[in-house]
Amino acid sequence: MAKSLAELKAIREKKLNEINLRHGKNGYRVVVGMATCGIAAGARPVMVKLMEEVEAKNLVDVTVAQTGCIGVCRLEPIVEVYDENNEKVTYVHMTPEKIVKVVDEHLVGGKVVDEYTMTVVDGKIVDPKIKA
Amino acid sequence: MKELSLHILDITQNSIRAQATLVKLTISESVPENHFSITIEDDGCGIPAEQLKNVTDPFVTTRTTRRVGLGLSLFKAASEGCGGYFEISSTVGVGTKVVGTFLRDHIDRAPLGNMADTVVTMVMSFGEADLVYEHDYNKKSFIFDTREIKETLEVTSLNEPDILNWIREFVREGLEEIMEEE
Repeated sequence: MAKSLAELKAIREKKLNEINLRHGKNGYRVVVGMATCGIAAGARPVMVKLMEEVEAKNLVDVTVAQTGCIGVCRLEPIVEVYDENNEKVTYVHMTPEKIVKVVDEHLVGGKVVDEYTMTVVDGKIVDPKIKA
Repeated sequence: MKELSLHILDITQNSIRAQATLVKLTISESVPENHFSITIEDDGCGIPAEQLKNVTDPFVTTRTTRRVGLGLSLFKAASEGCGGYFEISSTVGVGTKVVGTFLRDHIDRAPLGNMADTVVTMVMSFGEADLVYEHDYNKKSFIFDTREIKETLEVTSLNEPDILNWIREFVREGLEEIMEEE
C-alpha cells in the first residue's frame, strides 16, 4: 500500500496546518455505546455518520470515541456528549439522521437537542445535564 | 446481527477490553471450496480456563452493567447454524483466539456486510491498539495494517476524521479489487 500511503501523508500535512491554527476552544468529547447491544441496535452507522460530520464541518476540537454497555440496552444506540467541564448529555435511540442535528445544534451551536435526550419523561423534559 | 461484519466489530471490542495492543483479523473466503471463516486473535489478558468453559453461555458475563453476555453466544450460534464450527482458545497473559466458520453458500449465512465501516469503527474505538486485517478471497488477498499507517504518518492514534475517511476508502477499494470477477 506504499503509493496510497504517500497520498495520505500529503492530505495529512495539508490538514495539520489548519488544525494548528484552530485548536483549543470548546472541546466536546462524544462517545458512542459500542457493546453487543449498541452494535445490534445500529451504533455503527451512527458512529460513521458522526465521523463524517465532524470531518465535513471541520470540528477540530471534537473527539469521538467508544464506550461499553451503559446499562440501558433498550435505549441504544446511545451517544453521550461531554463538555469541557465533564458535564454529560445522553442522547438515546440515535440514528444517522438524528446525529446530524446533534452535530449542528449541540457541537456547533452549543445548544442541547432536548427531544433526543434521555430526560424526556412522559413528553416532559427534565434538565438534560448530568454531572458525570 | 444482520451482518457478519457487525459480529466482528462486537468480538473485537472484547479484545480492547482485555487491553490488547494488537488484534489480528483474518477473513478467508473460497467460492470453489464453499468456505467462509473469520478468525480474531489478540494479545490481551486472556481468559482463565475455568471461565473459558462457559464463555458462550449467554447468562455468563464479566460485566456489571447487565447480567447477560451475548457477543460470543450470538457469533457461535451464527456459525453453527450455517454448517460451520465455533472455537475459542485462550491463555492468560498471552491472548485469545476466536474462530467461526461457515458454509459460504448456506442460506442462513448473513452477508459479510460493510467491512469498510467496521474497520473505521474499530480504529475509532481502538485507542492506541493496532489492527491487522487480512482478507483472502479465492486466491487473492488484501492486507490492512494500522502499524504501517502510524509509521508513515508518525502518529500514535489514527482517530482523526481525515485519516479515518482515507482508511474507509482504502478498505472499500481493496476489497472490491480482490472480489472482482475475472
